[in-house]
Amino acid sequence: MARHRGRGMASVNYPIGMNLGGDPSQALIHSNPDGKFTVALSAIDLGQGMKQVTRQVAAETLGVPMEDVYVDTADSDTGPHDMGSFASRGTHRMGNAVIAAAREARGVLLEAAAEELEVNAGDLVTDGRGNIHVKGAPSRSITVKATAQAAQFKQGKTIAGRGIFLIPLSTVDPQTGELNPNTAFAHACLVADVEVDDETGEVTVLKMASAYELGRAINPKMVEQQLVGGAWMGISHALYETPEPYYPDPSHGPRDFNEYLMPGPGDTAPYSVTILERPAPDGPFGGKGPGEMCANPVLPAIANAVYNAVGVRVNDLPITPEKVLRGIKANGGARPQPRRGGGG
Amino acid sequence: MLEFRKDLFAAERDDNLNIVGKGAQRQDMPGHVTGRSPFFDDHAFEGLLHLKVVRSPHHHARIRAIDTTAAERAPGVKRILRGADVPLNKNTLLSLINFGKDDEPTLAVSKVSYKGEPVVAIIAETEQQALAARALVRVDYDVLPHVFDVEEALKPGAPVVNETYPNNYFEYHDRYDHSKLRFGDVDRAFATADFIVDDRYQMSPIEHAPTETNGSIAAPEQNDRFVVHSCAQGLFFSLGTAAKILKLESNRLHFIGGTVGGGFGGKVDSLTEPLSILGAMMTGQPVRYVLDREEEMLYGSPRGAERIYIKDGILRDGRIVARRIRSYFDAGAYTRLSSYAAIKCTAHLPGPYTIPNVSADIYVAYTNRCPSTAMRGFGITAVDFALEVHMDKGAEACGMDPMEFRILNAYRDEDMKAHRRVAKNTALIECVQVVAEKAGWPLSDEARRQSSLTGGGGARALIPATPIDDNGRIGRPETRTGPATETLPAGAMRIPMTKQPIMEGSAEARPTPAAVPQYEPYRPTPASMPPAYQPMPAAPPPAMPPTAATAPPPAAAPAPAPAQPTQHGAVRFSSVFGTRRR
Repeated sequence: MARHRGRGMASVNYPIGMNLGGDPSQALIHSNPDGKFTVALSAIDLGQGMKQVTRQVAAETLGVPMEDVYVDTADSDTGPHDMGSFASRGTHRMGNAVIAAAREARGVLLEAAAEELEVNAGDLVTDGRGNIHVKGAPSRSITVKATAQAAQFKQGKTIAGRGIFLIPLSTVDPQTGELNPNTAFAHACLVADVEVDDETGEVTVLKMASAYELGRAINPKMVEQQLVGGAWMGISHALYETPEPYYPDPSHGPRDFNEYLMPGPGDTAPYSVTILERPAPDGPFGGKGPGEMCANPVLPAIANAVYNAVGVRVNDLPITPEKVLRGIKANGGARPQPRRGGGG
Repeated sequence: MLEFRKDLFAAERDDNLNIVGKGAQRQDMPGHVTGRSPFFDDHAFEGLLHLKVVRSPHHHARIRAIDTTAAERAPGVKRILRGADVPLNKNTLLSLINFGKDDEPTLAVSKVSYKGEPVVAIIAETEQQALAARALVRVDYDVLPHVFDVEEALKPGAPVVNETYPNNYFEYHDRYDHSKLRFGDVDRAFATADFIVDDRYQMSPIEHAPTETNGSIAAPEQNDRFVVHSCAQGLFFSLGTAAKILKLESNRLHFIGGTVGGGFGGKVDSLTEPLSILGAMMTGQPVRYVLDREEEMLYGSPRGAERIYIKDGILRDGRIVARRIRSYFDAGAYTRLSSYAAIKCTAHLPGPYTIPNVSADIYVAYTNRCPSTAMRGFGITAVDFALEVHMDKGAEACGMDPMEFRILNAYRDEDMKAHRRVAKNTALIECVQVVAEKAGWPLSDEARRQSSLTGGGGARALIPATPIDDNGRIGRPETRTGPATETLPAGAMRIPMTKQPIMEGSAEARPTPAAVPQYEPYRPTPASMPPAYQPMPAAPPPAMPPTAATAPPPAAAPAPAPAQPTQHGAVRFSSVFGTRRR
């Protein structure tokens, strides 16, 4: 009886947003008279960071400090229509809507500043720190705050913007499946190292390494949060979770977290992620979105690693000790496959 | 641990950005870590009532009679709701985008199609009273035969799960019992293959297990409106669904949500909003309907199981020449979002690889289990599991290293995809190469030299001649197998290209830096003035060094004092804005 190490990999891509299109997002932005901006959305923050992603996108586009922007979600009386937070669409769809709204607001902001400075709005730049000045001549400047106050109380201008992003709905050819799908695809590859106990059938994930191409990591900390949390979910899907362990037999339904198996703190594994950024032509600053795909390569990589360790193919998820043991038994014992470098 | 490979695709990227790309602290983090962020269930109301539903104990049964007289007399019970009280007691979620037929009642009337289906709703002054009254409702059932297996459900003579779709499958394009993908001639290509790899995969159902269970609170608002505190993942999606079911104009509903305790797809269905609003309409009081953990686990709609068959034809040199896929989505008793997942799956095939002959039949089958719904990556996660395990078997069959096998078959820029559109902005090869390097997985020099940017297009950009068929006509299972009816010529396209939004400043597939406002890094002295806009990927603006990624957010940016500090009445506005709900 022994523990066998194995290594498996998987590579995937992921379509961003509802793939037939027809999923619009809207955003509204306005400034208060002190040059502080509110972004009003009906988008949902599930913990994934919708508020912060759109806050950074709005601040970047407006050219003001992030601290001068707050995002309000979600109130159907104040936030304009959005399809919702699903299909990895938040960053891409709503990010683009926020850019459109912020651009319109920035246009008014620069016009108001131009009027105060008596220059052409096209000659003005923002420094991202709360100032607007003539390109190449920072001494000819005005603060965003002073501009907003002048717009509100002197010029009678609304520093506000509306934005919408829509990929039109595609038809599908019934006979060939031809369609105009979404345009942004994220990519990933992951290697999982596991250990399989041929006496108990238990699989332990030792470590994982991945590369994710996400167009643009708008907030790397939140990307890390998504990818690490999602990898945990991937381990969970691969090895533990199901409300129907003998599907399609629906019996044994778990009723709470005592009965529903998920990896605990001792079952997680060291995980190293590398981010690649190939900007999507239609993404906000090229961003795609790591929301859903973060679990996807983990499932097959672990399944492939289990095969590499003991020579058992488990084609039905989850890969329970019972299935592994039955496989080892059917094979007449563990059959370790060739090692693949890297101290697996 | 997170690191970047900024050297890759650097020419396509402008990294001279101010705050995008920085790991700034989230706006809502202080509220979350101090436990003060308000979620839907944090809203207290005077006279709040509680709603609980009576659920079917059977997988499939006809309802003969419902007797609620004892429950009506139970202490604290204010109102009992039955199917007849629901203004429009049949709905399907995607009717909001005109996809599919209404098939699911809010409260079952004549039969139940899964164990746990809501039949009666009880509204009482306390949760305990609602639960006690629930036990007093008597429902007489005639148990019907059930079907749990997707392939059994599609056989003629199987029990009819869902009367709206009497053949137990979702109907695509008013014509077929499945969604089709046809590209090239797989049968002919299989005949030329040196290896055939054929297998079956089964995804498990999965529970979303959000920390916050599904729920909502609805309350009559002044002026004949209702305010709804909701954990919906799509606020207007849920509002639209509730307005339709309750036959209300949408502006009579005021949904408030936006901060949700985990969803993962399980909060798209509007499981509770229609009944809590209906309860508020019927009682004139605020009504709270929240699933307990057991209900969330057993009846809160899981990730749907998928059964996937894959057959690959592979040449001795490792090239995949044909891939055929047949897949069955287990929708459970009602459609919810499975119909869309299957479309998404069809468009995703054959995965991120360039395969010249691809054919897929994707079915959505109804079974007598809790309706499944969206869950993180649905339509993709399960098929990616199947495809990538199958890729491992393919590599083994032709004696190749699994990474080399993927790089060889990976899609590249300008390749034709199976849904007859050209691939752009691809990066699979680079992801494999980077991971190989990190993990010490040996790759040949040739594999290391490959690139997504080159080697695609040409012959790989052609749409092959494609035999098409009329198999699987609705209601005619005998047509599931049959010969091709015609062959579409090479290059055939039937769907006009949609106008794709191209963001300002980008070009087809080779974007110039994305449209961004111009920054001039702040310089106190004019002498050190740099040019305004320098697309130097490696050089971040001096104002915010990259170390900001790991540091807490900078304190309020030290903006220089304005030349003429303005101070007037406007300041009080900011205090008003300062109290806004974040």
